[in-house]
Amino acid sequence: MKILVTVKRVEDYESKIKVKPDNSWIVTEGVNYRANPFDEIAVEESLRLRDANAPSEVVAVSIGGGAAQAEIRSALAMGADRGILVKHDGFLDSDAVARLLQKVIEKEKPDLVLMGKQAVDVDDNVTGQLLAEYLGWGQATFASKKESLESAEEKAKKPGLRLGADKKTLQVAREVDGGLEVLEVQLPAIVTVDLRLNVPRYASLPNIMKAKKKPIEETAPGALGVDVAAKVKVVRVEAPPARAAGMKVPDVATLVKKLHEDAKVI
Amino acid sequence: MATILLIAEQAHGHLKKATLSALSAAQQLAQKNGGQIQAVVVGAGAGQSAQELAAFVPTVHTVEGPAFEHALAETHAAAAAEAAKKTGATEVVLAATAYGKDIAPRIAAKLGAGIASDVLAVVSANQFKRAMWAGNAIATVEVTTPVKVVTVRATEFPAAQKGASAGKVQPIAVSAPAPKTRFIEFNEVKSARPELTEASVVVSGGRGTKGDFKPIEALADALNAAVGASRAVVDAGWQPNDLQVGQTGKVVAPKLYIAAGISGAIQHLAGMKGSKTIVAVNKDAEAPIFQVADYGLVGDLFKALPELTDEVKKLKG
Repeated sequence: MKILVTVKRVEDYESKIKVKPDNSWIVTEGVNYRANPFDEIAVEESLRLRDANAPSEVVAVSIGGGAAQAEIRSALAMGADRGILVKHDGFLDSDAVARLLQKVIEKEKPDLVLMGKQAVDVDDNVTGQLLAEYLGWGQATFASKKESLESAEEKAKKPGLRLGADKKTLQVAREVDGGLEVLEVQLPAIVTVDLRLNVPRYASLPNIMKAKKKPIEETAPGALGVDVAAKVKVVRVEAPPARAAGMKVPDVATLVKKLHEDAKVI
Repeated sequence: MATILLIAEQAHGHLKKATLSALSAAQQLAQKNGGQIQAVVVGAGAGQSAQELAAFVPTVHTVEGPAFEHALAETHAAAAAEAAKKTGATEVVLAATAYGKDIAPRIAAKLGAGIASDVLAVVSANQFKRAMWAGNAIATVEVTTPVKVVTVRATEFPAAQKGASAGKVQPIAVSAPAPKTRFIEFNEVKSARPELTEASVVVSGGRGTKGDFKPIEALADALNAAVGASRAVVDAGWQPNDLQVGQTGKVVAPKLYIAAGISGAIQHLAGMKGSKTIVAVNKDAEAPIFQVADYGLVGDLFKALPELTDEVKKLKG
């Protein structure tokens, strides 16, 4: 089977995020970049599915400036077979990203598309669903699994997504409010992944070396025939309101007194 | 006059509380653009839930039938989008719950609409505030399309008040698409405690519990609180997934949030810093959780929480 997996270049979540003085965006100088953590889980799952269903291929796609090559390389170093970069500098809204991916998918014709449920920069959580609708495909969002990340299944690196015997369907356990919902989607389908689907592998040194020789194809919105004008624009970015400084209490009795008499919450 | 269409969320004839928060966002939007609110309820039990919702909204449409029994994104988004077209809606509003997040983008794609997701505030008829970078920045986004889809963070909007008179409930005919997804089963996590996102008090445990949640649960029961957990706890399999509070889990804003043995990683703080009063109990005086806590107690949770539980019980007599 052919699996297409998306990797977005995002600010490292351990970097300190600061807002620009003119409120136009965040300060990007001095910030580290990496692959979106949810996308890394998608890459890991694509590799497990590929290896359990040979012969299969994993294609890693990124949309962004030339620097996003690095995130494709890291997916290739994890084990993906080849990469595609849709080169575009500057902000794209999630709708434009979905329409660009639609064009790539129509050309590549994968059996399955795996994506992070959201990118940890804009935290939108909409691209996979938009893409599924544009393609007219089924979707399973927030893919998780019943087994914990400490389970034997996880340690054996088994796929959490279950491919049907005829390889035409996929069973997905979804993390929803109040429990886990299991859906069966017909392939091709869009699956967006949540945190507890797997623990992504680290790239080994030999695989990092091998990844350097793997091909990355480049294309652009113009070549794909997509107008990337934003439906949703970011007009202002500001720092979140700060919480007033709190106080330390010496013991439980004082805490209870404060909660009862001052905060009046118990 | 513009119509604002609220897509309600319900299960088995019971309206989800988050819908009433989405309704109050829709009401704010109506004040900005002079629109009129209608609602649609989709799925098994929609008729019953619609009766409940009609106390708040003048016109509630229902979509029922075997094709819509399960909350599949394809069928529910199709029904909602068709209802939006039939009512001439220019704004479609949903709560940003798992259900809302699943279907809203598909509704937007069907309507050619831009989508503002998980919004914290309505700034104007087409501008909304939303959190980015795990809540480390707040963006104002502008939706430039004639039709707009908005999902709202329920904890940021109060539950709407009942209307002066009961509204009318009417079925709306929509075509049922053949979905490419099939419902298999739902594994419900059952709890006698209040639901995490709806509770007015939440007691959460982190790595400091070492997996022993008894003191957390005892305090939660004394306070009639929901139990939450940090990501580390859930990843370790100590507590079920749906108890996770954080950017990537549940976002909660109770009147009292007690964090025990939680260090306070950015992604956890993003899920609870909207709480009215925050209490932190942690052995490590330097833990970042103390920076957002109104009251911090440096100490062992296995000693402090049982004491706190006893004090609460005494107080409540």
